[in-house]
Amino acid sequence: MLTAILQNKAIAKDIYDLRAAMETAPEPVPGQFVHIDCGGGLLLRRPLSLCGYDNGIARLVYAARGEGTRRLSRRRPGERLDMLGPLGRGFVMDSRPALLVGGGIGVPPLVFCADRAEGRVHAVLGFRNADAVCLTEAFASAEVLTDDGSAGAKGYPHEALRAHLQTGDWARVLACGPVPMLRAVAKVCAEHGVECQVSLEERMACGVGACLVCACGVNGDYKRVCADGPVFDAREVEWDA
Amino acid sequence: MPNEDNGALSPPADLSVELAGVRLKNPVVAVSGCFGFGREYGEWFDLGRLGGICAKGLTLRPRKGNPPPRAAETPMGMLNSVGLQNPGVEVFLRDELPFLRRFDTAVIANISGGDPAEYAEMAGLIGDAADALEVNISCPNIKAGGLQFGADPALAAEVTAAVKNRAKCPAIVKLTPNVTDIAAIARAVWDAGADGLSLINTLTGLRIDPVTRRPVLRMNTGGLSGPAVLPVALRCVWQVSGLGLPILGMGGVSTALEAAEMMLAGASAVGVGTALFRDPLSALNIVQGLAAFAAEQGIARIRELTGGIRPWET
Ligand SMILES: Cc1cc2nc3c(=O)[nH]c(=O)nc-3n(C[C@H](O)[C@H](O)[C@H](O)COP(=O)(O)O)c2cc1C
Ligand code: FES
Repeated sequence: MLTAILQNKAIAKDIYDLRAAMETAPEPVPGQFVHIDCGGGLLLRRPLSLCGYDNGIARLVYAARGEGTRRLSRRRPGERLDMLGPLGRGFVMDSRPALLVGGGIGVPPLVFCADRAEGRVHAVLGFRNADAVCLTEAFASAEVLTDDGSAGAKGYPHEALRAHLQTGDWARVLACGPVPMLRAVAKVCAEHGVECQVSLEERMACGVGACLVCACGVNGDYKRVCADGPVFDAREVEWDA
Repeated sequence: MPNEDNGALSPPADLSVELAGVRLKNPVVAVSGCFGFGREYGEWFDLGRLGGICAKGLTLRPRKGNPPPRAAETPMGMLNSVGLQNPGVEVFLRDELPFLRRFDTAVIANISGGDPAEYAEMAGLIGDAADALEVNISCPNIKAGGLQFGADPALAAEVTAAVKNRAKCPAIVKLTPNVTDIAAIARAVWDAGADGLSLINTLTGLRIDPVTRRPVLRMNTGGLSGPAVLPVALRCVWQVSGLGLPILGMGGVSTALEAAEMMLAGASAVGVGTALFRDPLSALNIVQGLAAFAAEQGIARIRELTGGIRPWET
């Protein structure tokens, strides 16, 4: 699908906020991603989770940290953008209260979750340091942690999560971020018997479920992150595989 | 100007081809491993518009495949180390083949085994439920079998003969470019009774993360595909075309003109794989582009292209 870049600007160190027109029916749901031709002659597209979708405009917040996303960060408004999507299975949400747990560049899809939530949500957002903090203002209720304490509280999301699950009445946890964080979050949820959905990342080629390169270990099998996920039930994910 | 007149006046070219006795409505075939069992891309277009579909590589028993990461980008290409993840031939026949059969397109079952007997057993199980077998003796991503059969003329012949002994449909043998003399392997499988050849499978490759010093792929090495391999594929197809065996040519094709090159090098039909990852409609665009190219060049039947290369005297 060819569309136009409406905006592509830095909002934190190496973090960009891109808006592009995307006509699609049905509307994308939180947790889904688009598969983008970043430009510059790269062969493979790059998957990026949707940060939001409003009035036919997709919002993508991404870190320019790899070859593809660095090239994407140099694209200008008005340029054409080639993206497939929305793709994948998103988060399952209902009106029950949910905790959103995000780490670093895993935060953007949770913005979309908060935006579409029908029930009470609270976000626990972890970042490496103050430079990396982004999107916190997009949540009505959020707390910020950093690994080094340079912004918000010093600590890790799963620790803050534990405190919430001990005291509060939360039906589920929706999480996205680096694997060590997700593993820790899954463990805390399991300890408290709370449902946990995690959004995983893997290198992709087709993005639609046909090539099997995006495998992750789930329930004794390899599942496709692009088509069976990217959101999985944390209890089924083989964290140590 | 004359070209434009030609295009407007001549009837549309006949795109049909024959591959090892199987009629294809056009020469474009989705390659094994890049198209699953058709369901996913079936959401993007009518599978009946393809000449044929090679299903994901099958083994006798279900195979879990290799641990991730399984893919790495390379200059104009990619490495994969999927490792033949598949549900096994019986599940394919029961759950996947009936779906593919709903479309007016040739279905080719790609098979891999740990020894010749296993290949033969799979050929027997598939019978004539597929239009053809693609005998994969060239997968670089499995430890036993795979490449080992495709790199040794005697073993390649043994597998071919075993399959032919049981097969009820044409057997096309899929060759690896990871050999010093691909023509010798082709000759061996021809002698053993192969009905056609399919090539190329992926080229073995490696990428390393310079910071961690770890290979990008969890299996260390993987198979290279995509535009980077096109010239190697063309050369291989040309080298084995002298035998006169029908060829399914593949490797890096992403445009109609590249498909035409593949036919000129000697292919009767052309496989498209990695190009789909960029553009799910690429195979369809190649079908249309071939029709346009034929019209432009005043070619009445696309099959006239096969082997039409005019090599220089050297
Ligand atoms: C992700 C992936 C999986 C593949 N799986 C198989 C397979 O199961 N069996 C097989 O014979 N070839 C397999 N191949 C090789 C392709 O069928 C084809 O020979 C090769 O990719 C070259 O064509 P291309 O450059 O158009 O992709 C695979 C290739 C890729 C990229
Ligand atoms: S990227 Fe091809 S199956 Fe997921």
